[in-house]
Amino acid sequence: MKLKTFTGGIHPPDNKQWSSHKAIEDCPLPAEFVVPMAQHIGAPAVASVEVGQSVSKGQEIGSAKGFVSVPVHAPTSGEVVAVESRPHPWGTSLPAVVIKPDGEDCWSTDLQPGDPGSLTVDEIVEKVRLAGVVGMGGAAFPAHVKMSPPPEKKISTLIFNGVECEPYLTADHRMMLEEPERILQGVALLQYVFGAERVVIGIEANKPDAIALLEKECAGAPVEILPLQVKYPQGAEKQLIAAVTGREVPSGGLPMDIGVAVHNVSTAAAVADAVLFGRPLIERVCTVTGPAIREPKNLLIRIGTPLSHLVQVCGGLTEDPGKIVLGGPMMGFTQLDFDVPATRGTSGLLLLRDEDVDRQEEGPCIRCSRCVQACPMHLLPTTIAAYSRRDLVAEASEYCAMDCIECGCCSYVCPARIPLVQAIRYGKAAILAKKRSS
Amino acid sequence: MLAAILSLGCIGLVAAIALGFAAKKFAVEVDPRELAAMEVLPGANCGACGFPGCAGYAKALVAGTIDLNQCPPGGADVVAKLARILGVEASASERQLAVVLCQGDNRRAQVKYQYLGLADCTAAQKIAGGPKACPGGCLGLASCQRACPFDAIEMTDDGLAVISREKCTGCRKCVAVCPRNVIRMTPYESEIHVLCNSHDKGAIVRKYCQIGCIGCHICKKTIPEAYKVEDFLATVIYGQDEEAVEAIGKCPTKCIRDFSDGYPEGSKLLPVAAEKPHAA
Repeated sequence: MKLKTFTGGIHPPDNKQWSSHKAIEDCPLPAEFVVPMAQHIGAPAVASVEVGQSVSKGQEIGSAKGFVSVPVHAPTSGEVVAVESRPHPWGTSLPAVVIKPDGEDCWSTDLQPGDPGSLTVDEIVEKVRLAGVVGMGGAAFPAHVKMSPPPEKKISTLIFNGVECEPYLTADHRMMLEEPERILQGVALLQYVFGAERVVIGIEANKPDAIALLEKECAGAPVEILPLQVKYPQGAEKQLIAAVTGREVPSGGLPMDIGVAVHNVSTAAAVADAVLFGRPLIERVCTVTGPAIREPKNLLIRIGTPLSHLVQVCGGLTEDPGKIVLGGPMMGFTQLDFDVPATRGTSGLLLLRDEDVDRQEEGPCIRCSRCVQACPMHLLPTTIAAYSRRDLVAEASEYCAMDCIECGCCSYVCPARIPLVQAIRYGKAAILAKKRSS
Repeated sequence: MLAAILSLGCIGLVAAIALGFAAKKFAVEVDPRELAAMEVLPGANCGACGFPGCAGYAKALVAGTIDLNQCPPGGADVVAKLARILGVEASASERQLAVVLCQGDNRRAQVKYQYLGLADCTAAQKIAGGPKACPGGCLGLASCQRACPFDAIEMTDDGLAVISREKCTGCRKCVAVCPRNVIRMTPYESEIHVLCNSHDKGAIVRKYCQIGCIGCHICKKTIPEAYKVEDFLATVIYGQDEEAVEAIGKCPTKCIRDFSDGYPEGSKLLPVAAEKPHAA
């Protein structure tokens, strides 16, 4: 049978062999947690604790500001030693709460377990919001916002994203293998919230063990396990929808416009934790991998753990890394050093050697159109990039620059090494700035 | 043959009459002062006046909705001519000059990371605040040079923008395009500047730049009326070059520069040949 997929895309070496067989390990507590207040898309949380205050695990330390925002919680019990700006994975210093663990690691007594049978949809969504659950795939969009579509948008298909198409990363793969019950509890809760008729868990065919296990676990349940062709970016929201339903999200629209909602499998597990146990999102699975780390691992980390601690837990570095990437190699963020903390969106820490990093200088476009063939959004990357670089904002907008999902396929295939994604992002920022000023 | 000449001649005559009539009937009234003003303006369409081009400015001048000192490239000369055309009093604006307040080129200032992306300062600045370790230093990717309509900006081999005192007309295009706000408008007469834009503490500045201001206050202690230090960065209080010159030799990091002695090291721009009124 031919597996479903989208058109376009690329086939980078997946490099998952480093860590795909390693069971999830609990990461020991670091000497200090740095919990940033901005960890999600939307308004950052505002610190609600003071220096010297003692906090318990799961206690709210930052309160949400506005609807598209979530609260932030203490990853362990201990003392707040600072509330100040600290280096953040986004490249600047941003407000953070610094906690010195007391070693007790005791949960806050405020947590309220819930009985899913007696909760209304609104109560479930509120519990998810209070737990600070965000999309765990990397973009960290607040889950409660996605769970509250306007009433006129009926969600008929609910898709769970177990694709994990980013090379190197194996966090979701291990979650599916080791925590299928929690994921399926979350799936059932979300199905109840959306009232969806069709529920699909999409998994790339390179994870046959996860597909077999979930198929076994879902036997009899109204959940479909759908193996998908191995291709990047199969796990991107719009590409996953195209593969599963054959529908295309309209330009400038959202999945809800075509009756679809997509959540990551790890987000489903976090929703289950939040609703059934009242536990906030304070930990996640993070793949520490790459050729420059001595012992690649899948770690269950607390939010706010400094990257230097993760490196230490994984046996240290084999050599000075050429590149430190938070997330996967395609869409991750390169870091300057190990001084930044892991956040809710940290699906991986990738350490590349100097020789793994491509440092070729940019050349002229040879009009080979490989970027056009690779673009999963069916755009003309080279044209949009050229317009963006010349500050021709209206033209870039006309060529649908705003539809670019910044997956990096075009930059990956470009034989001239043109920084296409960077140019398009630059153009997108200019388009947004123009929209705001007019 | 004759028929051809006659018929073409007739068509020509009819067309000429029609055109002549149309030119009279549908003539667009242009204030002659507007045309005269257009003649006087530099014609670079740089936009420093706030209009897209010189024509828009000329129109506004005639309409009396804008002052005549809004054309920095034209300078006092153009203001005087415009005043004559419009029959008003000239109020000459002070000539201004853009200066890059940085000497930290690639040899003397550290970078945080190797940048291989778009050769554009605004694009580079979006990636972890730009490759240069100093948060205020010149990124050296020549965005200002491309924006300059008067070809007044030179990039040194070590990646530092330097602005020619002769060619700069003070149109502020470079100031608008610089994402790090390292280019400032200064009075043309002032030739002494503190070429640093870092507000970090001295100990931090020393880590990433050999030639940055460390906020040691020595210049201010030497000449209190010519320098001020705010947030660990000294600046010249302009208009007192005679006094300010004395502090140049005292600066431990050599970040105070007298442009009458020439441009920052590495620049191919010639030293300013003008006589030095303050160097007695």
